[in-house]
Amino acid sequence: MSTEVKEIKKSESLFSKKNRRLLSDPLNDSNPITVQVLGICSALAITVQVQQAVIMSAAVLFVMIGGNVIVSLLRNLIPDRIRIIVQLVIIAALVIIVNEVLKAFLPDISEKLSVFVGLIITNCIIMGRLEAFALGNKPGPSFLDAIGNGLGYAWILLAVAFVREIFGSGAFSFPGIGQLKFIPDSWFIANGGFYENNNLMILPPMALVVVGIIIWVQRSRNTKLIEEN
Amino acid sequence: MAVNKNSNGYTFLFSTLMVVIVGTALAYTSLSLKPLQKANEADKKMVNILGAIGVTASRDNAKEEFSKYVTERISVTFAGKEVNKTSGEIDATDKTDPFNINVKKDYRGIIGKIVKSTKKDPELQESKLMKADVAYPLYVCVKNDSTFYVAPVVGTGLWGPIWGYVALMDDAETFYGATFDHKTETPGLGAEIREVFFTEKFAGKTLNNGADVVFEVKKSGSVTDEHSVDGITGGTITSKGVGEMLNRTLPVYVKYLEQTSNQKAQL
Repeated sequence: MSTEVKEIKKSESLFSKKNRRLLSDPLNDSNPITVQVLGICSALAITVQVQQAVIMSAAVLFVMIGGNVIVSLLRNLIPDRIRIIVQLVIIAALVIIVNEVLKAFLPDISEKLSVFVGLIITNCIIMGRLEAFALGNKPGPSFLDAIGNGLGYAWILLAVAFVREIFGSGAFSFPGIGQLKFIPDSWFIANGGFYENNNLMILPPMALVVVGIIIWVQRSRNTKLIEEN
Repeated sequence: MAVNKNSNGYTFLFSTLMVVIVGTALAYTSLSLKPLQKANEADKKMVNILGAIGVTASRDNAKEEFSKYVTERISVTFAGKEVNKTSGEIDATDKTDPFNINVKKDYRGIIGKIVKSTKKDPELQESKLMKADVAYPLYVCVKNDSTFYVAPVVGTGLWGPIWGYVALMDDAETFYGATFDHKTETPGLGAEIREVFFTEKFAGKTLNNGADVVFEVKKSGSVTDEHSVDGITGGTITSKGVGEMLNRTLPVYVKYLEQTSNQKAQL
């Protein structure tokens, strides 16, 4: 009898208040990049163009969801002693699949992302979520947790890439759509104007500065995040 | 039946199963996507070859542009003897098609090892390269009614492989253009070999055919003549690598081109 009650209690709606927090928390309060400061390496390296950031985010989201759901399904089967190795194998397999698919269908982007797709394996966000969440929770909540963290990573990446591409290149370039210009051609010094692209924006250090600014803005708006000291 | 999850037997069973399943899945993905990846690589190769003669192509129009400009594909031996000559459609499964020769693989497997082991002895190197069973592909291009020869070159930079395509004029002596690329050279230093400011220096320079060193990439800031270019500041070893691969590979094609022009003259 008592077990039945437990069952009913556990099969709460996938979109209960608790589960919704799994989705929304990583976007702000526990954002993997700005609050937990995980996965910084890729955030610095591939945010020169929005297009790259989109593909990278999609890749991370896929690996994140796949890894979280698979580990959560296997959570009662995985031997404790080798759980980290098992997680690593699952992540690595998913990353290799992503890499192969990119190489086959999006060769140009795959070339630009180069090693960073492979480095998703070492992205601490993914390993961290598998270890901290998926191993102890059902597939449903794990799925939501993966989406939440994946999107939390994605929006920071996109925000940084957005700033860097506007100031670094003056335009967005998307294959198929072409260029989306933000700065009119006539403004550029080459055409007799006053404006010049900021080349520093294209270099990795500016990504760090932009992430820093995002963290600053976020903390000033969300005072919960400020450590008391 | 309760299974002890912490027993050695269970752990071994779990890991064995996991490896088998993951291995199968990855092998399947890799095999089923291979043809598409191969096609992408071939497109990229065409874009690079066309880049050496100053034709800008993209992956989308690589095939058409390639068949428009490249008239013949030839493979030659180290001694400059012709092995194969084809034109027309490229068949990705035809191993004898010079286009399908993987120069990077040949370098990694055979040539690179010879070069490394005989660094200090050029004569030994030459005799070893002569014996090695490697074919060198050459692309004959026609642009604006003049003929160019595009030759792939592969070598070693500071951290890893470097490669490129060099276009020679039909005198088998003068550079028309060149493109270089690398895998892991230092950004801002050695990696600059792929930039236009470096590759444009090659146009118009000539090979010192017959000499031991046919072409030099000098230490940056040196005085250059018509048989040498200025290297990259801070990328000395990468620049040397570029010089080495040009010196080793281009004479092969020069030998071939001189032989064919002699034959033509005799006829």
